Order: sequence, then C-alpha cells, then structure tokens
Amino acid sequence: MSKNLVGNHIRKLRFNHNEMTQQQLADKVGVTRQTIVALEKGNYSPSLELAFRIAHAFHLPLEEVFFYGDDPTQ
Amino acid sequence: MTYQEKKSIVSLISAILIFGFYCLYMYPQYPGGGLESPEAFRFWGSFVLILTVVSIVAHIVISIIFNIVFRMTTREKEPNFADELDKLIDLKAFRNSFFVFVVGFLLAMGSLIIYQPLHVMFMILIISGFISDVTGSATKLYHYRRGV
Repeated sequence: MSKNLVGNHIRKLRFNHNEMTQQQLADKVGVTRQTIVALEKGNYSPSLELAFRIAHAFHLPLEEVFFYGDDPTQ
Repeated sequence: MTYQEKKSIVSLISAILIFGFYCLYMYPQYPGGGLESPEAFRFWGSFVLILTVVSIVAHIVISIIFNIVFRMTTREKEPNFADELDKLIDLKAFRNSFFVFVVGFLLAMGSLIIYQPLHVMFMILIISGFISDVTGSATKLYHYRRGV
C-alpha cells in the first residue's frame, strides 16, 4: 500500500498540547484510537469533516495541521 | 497491535477452526449409497444450514471471550462504535469477500455444465463461502496494518 500524499503534524501537535494522548484526541474528534494511529503513520487520508474536527481540536486552521505532498515545515 | 488488528486475527483463526472442526465432525456422517440420493441432498442442506448457525453462534461466543480477555490484558475498553476508517475497511473487506463468493458460485455452476456430480457443486459452494469469509477477515487485517 503506497503512502498517502496527505501528511499531517498530529503527533507534534499532540505533544505541544499538554502531551495529549492518542485516545484523548480520538475521544475529542469522535473516532477510535486506531484511526489516530493510522493518521499519524500516514496510512490514511481523513475525510474533510474529520480533518476539520482535528484542526478545531487543536484550535488551528486546517493547513497548519494537514499538508499535501512534501512537508512545508521541513 | 490495536484492538481491530487483534480482532481481525481472532476472526481469521476462528473462521478456519470452526470450518475445520465442523468438516471433521460432518465427514463421517456423509450418507452411503447413491451420490445423488435424497439422503445426500438432505446431508448437504443440513450441512450448510447447521454450519451457518454454528458459525454465527461460535463467532458471537468467541467475540465475547476476546473482548473479556482484551479488557483484562490491556485494561483498555474496546471501541463501541465504528468510525469512518472502520466503515471504509468494512466496505473493502465486503467487496473482496463478495467477489470471492461470486467466483465460487460461478465455478459451482460451471461444474454442472461440465457434467460433474452434484456433490462437487455443493463442495465448491461451501468452500467458496469459507474462503470468502477468510478473505474478508484477511482484507480487514491487511488494511488495519498497512493502511487504506
């Protein structure tokens, strides 16, 4: 299975938000921990709705959580 | 390994064990005499119906035992809902499973066209049902481990 082109900074953002656990983020956005694991590994591109819910959970705009192609911060 | 991965593995193993033990149990009961006697048809009919019931009951029991063991060993509560990733993986698993069963069904019909005995048709149907079940679980395991 090829890696998805949609990347994210979820792991870093969790760490910066009081070391939020995967389970806590999952509960906040209404998915299972497995889905957060898959997102962090780059194994799954979320739906637009879930992407917005995750961005809202971190109080950030969508483009600061997700990126397309190469990581712009690198 | 997450809950869903473990559950897929348990489901895969239980499907193989249930089918294997059921076949071993039913094999000696195959009626003698003519291969296409009414008793043989009754045997195949009861084989499929009982397998369906046994399989559903065994899967429910195994699922309950698995959840209890999972809670005891990990002290984590199992997810009680399916999110968008679960639904997407379920759809892919169902697609593959359905495809395998349809191929098996067509092969079973093909066996009748080339004048194979009826028990060959029943065997192909039953085996394709089993392989489609295994394919569904294996697809879930693959996508939970490797992504979608």
